[in-house]
Amino acid sequence: MAPVRILWLKRAVFAACLLPLAALALEGWRRSLGANPIAAIEHSTGRWALVLLLVTLSVTPLRRLTGCYWMLRFRRMFGLYSFFYTCLHVLSYVILDQFFDWTAIFHDISRLPFMTVGFASFVLLIPLALTATNGMVRRLGAKRWQALHRLVYVIAIGGVLHYLWLVKLDMTDPDIYAAILAVLLGFRVVMAIGCLIRRPMTERLPRLPADGAE
Amino acid sequence: MLISKSPDVQPSEITDEAVYNGRRRFLAAASAATAGLFLNSASAADSLPDLPGLPPARPSPFSTHERKTPYRDITNYNNFYEFATDKYSPATLAASLTTRPWTVTVDGAVRRPTTYDIEDLIRMNPLEDRIYRHRCVEGWSMVIPWVGFPLNRLIRQVEPTGNARFVKFVTLYDPKEMPGQRSDILHWPYVEGLRMDEAMHPLTILAVGLYGRVLPNQDGAPVRLVVPWKYGFKSIKSIVRISFVEKQPLTTWVRAVPSEYGFYSNVNPRDDHTLWSQARERRIGDFFKRPTLLFNGYGEQVAQMYRGMDLDKYF
Repeated sequence: MAPVRILWLKRAVFAACLLPLAALALEGWRRSLGANPIAAIEHSTGRWALVLLLVTLSVTPLRRLTGCYWMLRFRRMFGLYSFFYTCLHVLSYVILDQFFDWTAIFHDISRLPFMTVGFASFVLLIPLALTATNGMVRRLGAKRWQALHRLVYVIAIGGVLHYLWLVKLDMTDPDIYAAILAVLLGFRVVMAIGCLIRRPMTERLPRLPADGAE
Repeated sequence: MLISKSPDVQPSEITDEAVYNGRRRFLAAASAATAGLFLNSASAADSLPDLPGLPPARPSPFSTHERKTPYRDITNYNNFYEFATDKYSPATLAASLTTRPWTVTVDGAVRRPTTYDIEDLIRMNPLEDRIYRHRCVEGWSMVIPWVGFPLNRLIRQVEPTGNARFVKFVTLYDPKEMPGQRSDILHWPYVEGLRMDEAMHPLTILAVGLYGRVLPNQDGAPVRLVVPWKYGFKSIKSIVRISFVEKQPLTTWVRAVPSEYGFYSNVNPRDDHTLWSQARERRIGDFFKRPTLLFNGYGEQVAQMYRGMDLDKYF
């Protein structure tokens, strides 16, 4: 894809990722967030944090399947937007829901399993967001940076568990997220196994004479 | 824990009035800043619908004087899994429920088993306004002006025998009218139960109205139980059968998740669910949470029924 078109697409995606927040703000302004607006804000921001995390995780498989390398240039934006909505989610809990009642917050995180796993995922997401710049990739070195960013798999599992465990009874919706995550992680497992199988085979092949090349 | 005569609320738990007023001022400022996002400025009785009225009801000394939750919130934020598992769609989905004609069969260990027509039930029993606090197990609460009559009036009419130790309540089972029953997330029909003394308690009512009018479908029309010192799910909706039984009935939520839900389900701030802390609650329309009271603040009236009972064991 031409760089100019990618630039415009990036701008469009950037704006599109703000739509859920805009919709929430509009609903709040029109007072149509329902009887429990605080719960509505928590649920909406949490949902979009999770959706964007899964979108982030789907970039690599889509790139592999389609061969469109330009897709990789959107991965960081999706990841940072997921972090953005996660922050809104956490802030809405800390400020709107608990109003800085640290005792209650500590109690929730230490006693309620869905809160423990949700909080852990949030904390793990912070170093990933902080190292999302090209400069940090250089400073850490690509290998170490990549190792650090593999945490995203743990975070995604934690995020889905957070949703699964908070639902009282009807698991339909969280199950959909769990299924999508399973596909996205399964793809990576298949790829990794594929690499493992292929590597010993190539090693077994006689090396091609270098002199004949080019 | 043993129930003692100590008050439900320790003085230390009561918010100091200055702090409370400070919070109210913050709330006013916050609401102005956010265009009243969290404050329901609508008057309590806003936009009452075209539901039929009820015979005049007399006030009750059991009513609370707290600010009533707006009608719109009481009728648009409902846990009614017979229609949907979210809280917003029962308001529209419950329109499919036919509430007239409707009968309630009272049977079991009684001398006079009777099937009542809903109209007779309303006509035979003098109605009272009962403004009760309603505490959901999910951590939110409302103040709801029910119209109804004490369940003990009905119980006396059917003359229970000595074998009647518990009362079992059953909701309508009709997947055609209640689409949520087509899914098996819960075991249908919904069943609830009370111990005989709980059922006879003057606070326990059968509600047939809300805000002076006929009960809207999503709130459990045409007749529902209201037990204000227990979590909301005990207050079973759209009742078709009331049976007097010897054994403690297996109630729907206990059957679904026995570790989380108990038969008694008395409101208890010390009881920790794995999903919600019960120490505090958000009154719908409020910004700040408030402390949850033991027995939802009805301890003075009901605590003696549980004297000597370990409430942590019998949750």
